[in-house]
Amino acid sequence: MAVETKIDPMHQFQISPIVGNLDGSAFVFTNSALWMIVVLACITGFMLMGMKRQLVPGRWQMAAEGMVGFVNSMVEGSIGPKGRAYLPWVFTSFIFILFANFLGAMPFAVVGAHPFTVTSQFTVTGVMSIISFAIVLGVGFWKHGLHFFSLFVPKDTPFILKLLIAPIEFISFLVRPFSLGLRPFIAMFAGHILLDVFGNFVVQGLNAGGGGYAISILCFFFVAFINALELLVGAIQAYVFALLTSLYINDAVNLH
Amino acid sequence: MDLEAAKVIGAGLAAIGVGAAAAGVGIVFGSFLQGALRNPAAADGQQGRLFIGFAAAELLGLMAFAVAMIILYAI
Repeated sequence: MAVETKIDPMHQFQISPIVGNLDGSAFVFTNSALWMIVVLACITGFMLMGMKRQLVPGRWQMAAEGMVGFVNSMVEGSIGPKGRAYLPWVFTSFIFILFANFLGAMPFAVVGAHPFTVTSQFTVTGVMSIISFAIVLGVGFWKHGLHFFSLFVPKDTPFILKLLIAPIEFISFLVRPFSLGLRPFIAMFAGHILLDVFGNFVVQGLNAGGGGYAISILCFFFVAFINALELLVGAIQAYVFALLTSLYINDAVNLH
Repeated sequence: MDLEAAKVIGAGLAAIGVGAAAAGVGIVFGSFLQGALRNPAAADGQQGRLFIGFAAAELLGLMAFAVAMIILYAI
């Protein structure tokens, strides 16, 4: 009879300390911090290799310039020529989420390392969305003063409708940082749970024998498919975060 | 009914929302394709709006998933 194993998909998101312990050390170095450093090292390497400013660009330079140009055209397209000032933050958040998502989906477990998806923790994406929201608030009040509140009141609407719409707009404005941070977090969270569950099905099918082998093979291809989908979703979420950030900043800069 | 059984049923009910969001995402991309095939020249300029609609529809499905996960693991 096959051995019953309990699937524990939440284990992969556990923060485990590498230096110190979570109970009371003054300094704790966790696996999350380690993978943030790995992501940072990869981004730094990628950008430094691409910033040699050769006259005839090589592959790295093309890749780095293409990425910067992509984000730049997105920012300028949604904010306008004034948008150049906000490119550093939008590009930083874009490339950080992109690299964190991709590094978390890489099969490092084959060589014995335990990859940790940094963006699968709401603390990380939540803080990034709070920074975006703070930029929106800061820029809005800096540029327009109290006139910034006219963002909530649509133009050319009857007075009665304005009374109705302003609170709704206000609430939807307050929900923004929450939904902005929730999106990349849950996309990674859900994808990795799916991967874990179906990866367990492969092993359990092999243990069961007989008809289990067929299920096991099916699940194996499904895991490969989900992995490809995870890469796509990771790229889309990074793109959506950067796009929404630039749209929100556009609200603050141009007020409708 | 004990709590364990109620939890699993509740998580299953919450997962219905994910299917509804799947329909929403399908409508977003389907409508975009309908418009894009009629006027392919204007399609590239609307890609940003496409992804905003996609993100909005997807977020609601993800929220249903989050509710299911909270019911299963956090309560």
